[in-house]
Amino acid sequence: MTAHDPGQAYNFAYLDEDTKRMIRRAILKGLAVPGYQVPFASREMPMPYGWGTGGVQVTAACLTPDDTLKVIDQGADDTTNAVSIRGFFRRVAGVATTERTAEATVIQTRHRIPETPLTGDQILVYQVPIPEPLRFLEPRETETRRMHALSDYGLMQVRLYEDIARHGEIATSYAYPVKVAGHYVMDPSPIPRFDNPKMHMSAAIQLFGAGREQRIYAVPPWTGVVSLDFDDHPFTASKADHPCAICGATDSYLDEVITDDAGGRMFVCSDTDYCATRQESGHD
Amino acid sequence: MTAHLLSGGFADPPADAAHAFRAIMQAMARPGTIHDVTGARPPAPLSIAAGTALLTLCDRTTPLFLGPSHDTAEVRAWVTFHCAAPLVTAGDAAFALGTWDALLPTDRFPIGNPEYPDRAATLIVELPALDPVGATLTGPGIRDTATLPLPDPAAFAANHARFPLGWDAILTCGDRVAAVPRSTAIHTGEAR
Repeated sequence: MTAHDPGQAYNFAYLDEDTKRMIRRAILKGLAVPGYQVPFASREMPMPYGWGTGGVQVTAACLTPDDTLKVIDQGADDTTNAVSIRGFFRRVAGVATTERTAEATVIQTRHRIPETPLTGDQILVYQVPIPEPLRFLEPRETETRRMHALSDYGLMQVRLYEDIARHGEIATSYAYPVKVAGHYVMDPSPIPRFDNPKMHMSAAIQLFGAGREQRIYAVPPWTGVVSLDFDDHPFTASKADHPCAICGATDSYLDEVITDDAGGRMFVCSDTDYCATRQESGHD
Repeated sequence: MTAHLLSGGFADPPADAAHAFRAIMQAMARPGTIHDVTGARPPAPLSIAAGTALLTLCDRTTPLFLGPSHDTAEVRAWVTFHCAAPLVTAGDAAFALGTWDALLPTDRFPIGNPEYPDRAATLIVELPALDPVGATLTGPGIRDTATLPLPDPAAFAANHARFPLGWDAILTCGDRVAAVPRSTAIHTGEAR
């Protein structure tokens, strides 16, 4: 037997081997057709939908006993969702866990990409609530499938145009649609659009799991990921126009934190590991 | 059925399959890279890598086509015992196994349809040699260019031309594995 506890009541990484094979086959097809949503037989997990059951299943199918797992929720390692998923895999897979981006081999994320650039030795697993970028424009699955098959994304361009017509700019600030490898339009999960450029030509494998919607999709490393825009209204990665109130970073995505009931507020790094690492190295 | 056909599976299936999948996933995500896989000890002519890929990916839900090169009583018995994959004709296959010549013509295999391009076969192609020489590859997963010894570059190029449809190939030799998904473009000339 390997490093995982032979006495535990679960198979390594919780899922049975049949399920892992099924998920692994879906991941391979996802990598072969970048950005295409592969249907898979999502299992019920011991946590509610919306807590990252898709990401958890993808992570479970990828983990080896040698991995070091990091889990973030909106950039933070210390929030309920991140702590409980980390604890889950410590218990059912016996893997090492970390809060350090640079030390992790598998990173499961809810709605952020770490500020520290990822390397070729890392896998980023996104938790996805609604994988279909066209769903709010066209509710019928048969129609959205045909639209993807024909690369018929005019409706999405119209949606972005209506943003400009109404607000003077593209107001979509998260789940900003991207085109992968020049073909499929993909929902990058609700990451802020600030993170979109990090998906482009990433050194790491990016996998996306939507448990309730039963879809897996993927972006291989060194793959073009282009945010949709217009020639006269080019895509911009936006963030709050402040430095971090704790570490002073001007290049990281910021959360707005309400500090009192009199209008007081502060902006701090959303990526807690990035912020803590900067503090340790003397930034304030 | 002899006793040795009952052996040769994974010693520790969850861990062995996890390591093997990671190698195969890296190969599929980074076409042109070559990875070591271990775990299976299948009967000849199955290579360790092809046997490991079967144990990692195939089960009773994945129809498997055995090319004439691998359609022996021993391989059939080993696959049936360890994977339980139904053995089918090429047109019904989710996976196909054989030397390149044994898999010809490759247009027999499912390539998916425009609504469901994932419903395409994965070919496990046993090669006599697997080193980073040969045809030049570009595409998703490849930073600049990569090279792999494709048995028939023109066939892989034709397969890529119908992206997002097409089959995907896992190349095996001994205990080494590489992959060429349908997204990979093939450049057969000396210089591009």
